[in-house]
Amino acid sequence: MGTCGLATGADEVYEAIHDEVNRLKLSYLVTGTGCIGWCCEEPLVDVCLPGKPRVTYGRMDARKARELVQGLPDGDLKPKWAIGMLTGYDNPLTDSRTRYAKQTARVDGVRRYEDLPLFRYQVRWASRNCGVIDPTSLDEYIARGGYLALHRALQVMHPTEIIAEVNHSQLRGRGGAGFATGKKWEMLRRQEAKPKYLICNADEGDPGAYMNRTLLESDPHSVLEGMIIGAYATGATEGIIYVREEYPLAVKRMQEAIAQAEAAGLLGDNIFNSGFSYRLRIVKGAGAFVCGEETALIASVEGRVGEPRQRPPFPVERGLWGKPTCINNVETWADIPLIVMRGGDWYAQIGTATSKGTKTFCLVGAVKNTALVEVPFGITLRRVVEEVGGGVPEGRRFKAIQTGGPSGGCIPESLLDLKVDYESLTEAGAIMGSGGMIVMDDSTCMVDIAKYFLTFLADESCGKCFSCREGLQRMQQIVTHISDGHGREEDLALLEELGWMVRETSLCGLGQTAPNPVLSTLRYFRDEYLAHVREKRCPAKVCRQLIAYRIDPTVCDGCGACVRVCTSEAILGEKKQVHTIDNARCSKCGACLEVCQPKAVLVE
Amino acid sequence: MPKLTINGIVAEVERGTTVLEAARFLGIPIPTLCHDDGLTPYGACRLCVVEVGKPPRSKLQSACTLVADEGLVVQAHSARVERARQLLLELYVATCPQSKTIQDLASRYGLRRERLEPKFEDCIQCGKCVRMCAEQMMAGAIGFAFRGSRRKVMSPFRPQSDVCRQCGACLYICPVVELRCHGAHPETALCSGCINFAPACLGYHDHAMCFLDPCVACELAGPLHPAPVFRTERPKAPDLSAARLDSSHGEGK
Repeated sequence: MGTCGLATGADEVYEAIHDEVNRLKLSYLVTGTGCIGWCCEEPLVDVCLPGKPRVTYGRMDARKARELVQGLPDGDLKPKWAIGMLTGYDNPLTDSRTRYAKQTARVDGVRRYEDLPLFRYQVRWASRNCGVIDPTSLDEYIARGGYLALHRALQVMHPTEIIAEVNHSQLRGRGGAGFATGKKWEMLRRQEAKPKYLICNADEGDPGAYMNRTLLESDPHSVLEGMIIGAYATGATEGIIYVREEYPLAVKRMQEAIAQAEAAGLLGDNIFNSGFSYRLRIVKGAGAFVCGEETALIASVEGRVGEPRQRPPFPVERGLWGKPTCINNVETWADIPLIVMRGGDWYAQIGTATSKGTKTFCLVGAVKNTALVEVPFGITLRRVVEEVGGGVPEGRRFKAIQTGGPSGGCIPESLLDLKVDYESLTEAGAIMGSGGMIVMDDSTCMVDIAKYFLTFLADESCGKCFSCREGLQRMQQIVTHISDGHGREEDLALLEELGWMVRETSLCGLGQTAPNPVLSTLRYFRDEYLAHVREKRCPAKVCRQLIAYRIDPTVCDGCGACVRVCTSEAILGEKKQVHTIDNARCSKCGACLEVCQPKAVLVE
Repeated sequence: MPKLTINGIVAEVERGTTVLEAARFLGIPIPTLCHDDGLTPYGACRLCVVEVGKPPRSKLQSACTLVADEGLVVQAHSARVERARQLLLELYVATCPQSKTIQDLASRYGLRRERLEPKFEDCIQCGKCVRMCAEQMMAGAIGFAFRGSRRKVMSPFRPQSDVCRQCGACLYICPVVELRCHGAHPETALCSGCINFAPACLGYHDHAMCFLDPCVACELAGPLHPAPVFRTERPKAPDLSAARLDSSHGEGK
């Protein structure tokens, strides 16, 4: 059970099932798994009866769960509640399949995962075990081929062979910058200073992105295994997993996994009797966005203020405590066992010319299936949004997709056929980032979005560079002016100039990408800015200062619901009489719009 | 010894030399606000950015923190660099319009317009005072606190630091603040403003260390005119209210 499942009540459901199974004295195994990524249907319950496919139920609650369990002894799988079924689950690591039932087994009225658009286009490599195994069980990880790659690496392969395989795979850093992992490892291997450090960067701070968290919570051992292989290949003797304090469950799972691995002799001294020793520990970050930047991360681990410094010297030369250090993202580490087991060429078989393999994305916002998905590079954004994500909800129009977290850019509909890879996204004014994808429909105001991300970044900037600290504050000020209806046309040019300057002159990745949300929305949605500036109008009806609420007298039935929720006492009218809104007092909170049953409240 | 090219001039410099030092040695001016020869380079003001590499793959990097490497090609005054500096200075003037140092720099860069609202801040957070205090005065009494827009220089948790000797070095090194005397202050106020008077007043205060040049208060009052009203008795207990330290000279200038 991941954080997302628990937040929607998975533990209650779990308790209920456990209870019911005990009460009915059934000999079922009840266990928690990691997250399969079907976020919009959480909490999920999977039932696997002998000879039957594994059936998934979505949006469960304790009552439904009890009812489900009661029907199971009679073989009643309640197909009307089911959202999908699996006869087996592929394991790319060993090129095999975990089987639940015969390939042809069916439950009537339930669609197979393979037929669901959400799963049909996914290639689950890094998240191969997510939602399949119990993340707290080392045995289940091993049953899925876990630590085979480590065994192979330590017993059969020379460190340089491992690096060669990683080079062949053309694996690039999944944290967003996309530096070639093999090259980084090679550089670390060449360093003579000792000790060498490996760091797993799990400081995921983007709003709306949770790829790393899910991976750590659902399959912690895959990250450990990747790190141990990496250490053997590069000659590192110590490792650190840098996780944010806000991910308590991920920290707990990781601690458990480290303890299990140490107890099993997979971590510590003389691993697999090969003479190779490696130690790992967890360092918790205080949740500063900038500490995802590698030099700031190192400063934070050392106990200093999380501020980036100039590179070169790169951490690979002078990193943690001045020693050679290699930092990779959680997902990069999780990909390593695959590459070692199947070979670099196998890994590089899918993808585009410059980006190989798969990438996890958090598909959130205005899509039917909000989900954590893993798709191959080269898939079009349109397929991700319209098929995997199921498209925007009915009655709405797609407007933009924001990739790469707060410092990514907004890509408009005209570019939806873009193939996802590092270069194409950068060219479109966005970035790959660590894999956030926020879909926006026509109820989103792009000026408001730019304002939101600028506010986030101005707050998360460490403040070292004058350009980033002051520049972002000024840009935020200007965008706020525009959304308040006080903007001038020359402000747009000023925004572009300031954005250019912040991008050019800032020290670290945060500053260099921070203007992206503004610059990309100015590039693709200039009309919307101009409507705010020239006509003092917000086309999406979001910017509070530019809209007014009105009650349609022909629809209003005088129920008084709006009067009760209005905290500004701006709604006048007696019960059973038509109400009116006093715009001078209205704070434009929108509460009346939400409660009005006959939909009499209009936004203008 | 690494050989690098700055503005087309090939120069051989000692290992460990920064691009800024090399450029200055060659007589190529690069503006800075946060750099001082006696302090560790910090790279916060961004004014010293230079274009490194060959366009279109070139990048702007701060010259003060960039160590000269073999074959480095640097443009200290390309159009891109100058444009970036000009915009930075426009932002500096808007933040701290009262500073003469910034005014002069802006004027040298031909800045003729200001499109942003002035903020009248006293601090550009170049960190010179912080480094001066730690590295030259061996005190480490002040540092940065908070982040982003709330970041500021102050002593730990605000009260007067135990290790501060009120040497005034922070005030001396500050590139932007021309602090005016605000009259007598408790001796615990970090700036020593109360005892910092121009020579006319020095007779009155034996141990004054004056870094205010010129001292506006004395100039206004005229020579030998005891216009500023002093308290003959020093206040007994230090007043450590937040308001005091929040005022313009409280935060380590």
